[in-house]
Amino acid sequence: MSVMKRVSMIFKAKANKALDKMEDPRETLDYSYQRQLEMLTQVRRGVADVATSRKRVELQMNKLQQDQTRLEGQAKQALGAGREDLAREALSRRAALQTQYGDLETQYHSLQADEEKLTAASQRLQAKVEAFRTQKETIKATYTAAEAQSRIGEAVSGISEEMGDVGMAVQRAQDKTAQMQARAGAIDELMASGALDDVTGTQRDDIQAELDQMRGGHDVELELERLKGEIGGGPKREIESGPVDGQAQATQASGAEQPQAGESS
Amino acid sequence: MIVRILGEGQFQVDDSAAAELNVLDSALEKAVNAGDERALRPALAALLDRVRTLGTPLAEDAIEPSDLILPYADAGLADVREMLHGEGLIPG
Repeated sequence: MSVMKRVSMIFKAKANKALDKMEDPRETLDYSYQRQLEMLTQVRRGVADVATSRKRVELQMNKLQQDQTRLEGQAKQALGAGREDLAREALSRRAALQTQYGDLETQYHSLQADEEKLTAASQRLQAKVEAFRTQKETIKATYTAAEAQSRIGEAVSGISEEMGDVGMAVQRAQDKTAQMQARAGAIDELMASGALDDVTGTQRDDIQAELDQMRGGHDVELELERLKGEIGGGPKREIESGPVDGQAQATQASGAEQPQAGESS
Repeated sequence: MIVRILGEGQFQVDDSAAAELNVLDSALEKAVNAGDERALRPALAALLDRVRTLGTPLAEDAIEPSDLILPYADAGLADVREMLHGEGLIPG
């Protein structure tokens, strides 16, 4: 049998079951109305849960964005200091973060879409619940139990279908939110434990440490030169001015920074 | 007739569209029976698209049972199968 007919039959069976339960059909109205109010609360809570989940993903995205910016800055700094290897490392870590950021972005859009759908569902249900309340009062005031039967049947199966639909949507959103919360929690935990350090925290600091060390190392070289000069007896200027000695020492003290050292002393 | 797309709401669709929708529904049914997830998604998307195009959304405060109910747009094979069996499907 056709898919759309089978699905609608299942919904109808559900509504009929609810109707059959009640001896006085007017009781069905009150019972159904109570269920509707509960469902409204449930769907609103669902919207709030999805929103919370979306915000959490948003925070993680911001964090990753900051890390990426920092790594790019470090890559520039490393390149400026002639350390292409460090720059490459920083950029490859940034690329890893970018992948993770992409995953979060997909989650974010999916949650955003869910939130919009659930909000719309909540508004539809709200409008129907209000209409139902009015109908319920009219039916109770105007009709005897027997007369009311068919009108109640229609209103109740209409609203019961809506509630079934909304209920499923809330359930789906909750399942998905729970999954995403678990994933977000895992990322948070990994970030906190340092296990993700190969892509974020500590290794990024390693790059910074090496950049800092380069600067420090540079100073050490200068000190070394100065001390060597003192032990050698002459002022250090002689090292540079002495044509043969000076050249030999400069070569030992590993090249590229040597001219700078000369300038600053 | 009134057609509901789960998760989206109800549409008033002219009865004359029934034949066209039935063809699309058959394709969907075939995919479900064959357990063909790849065929299911486009078949479902085509059917839902047609309902959205041909139909006009029902007023928000209308309380009417639908003649036909369709799975939500991102339903997979397992979801549709579950819907067709109805076990524990509809809460409440």
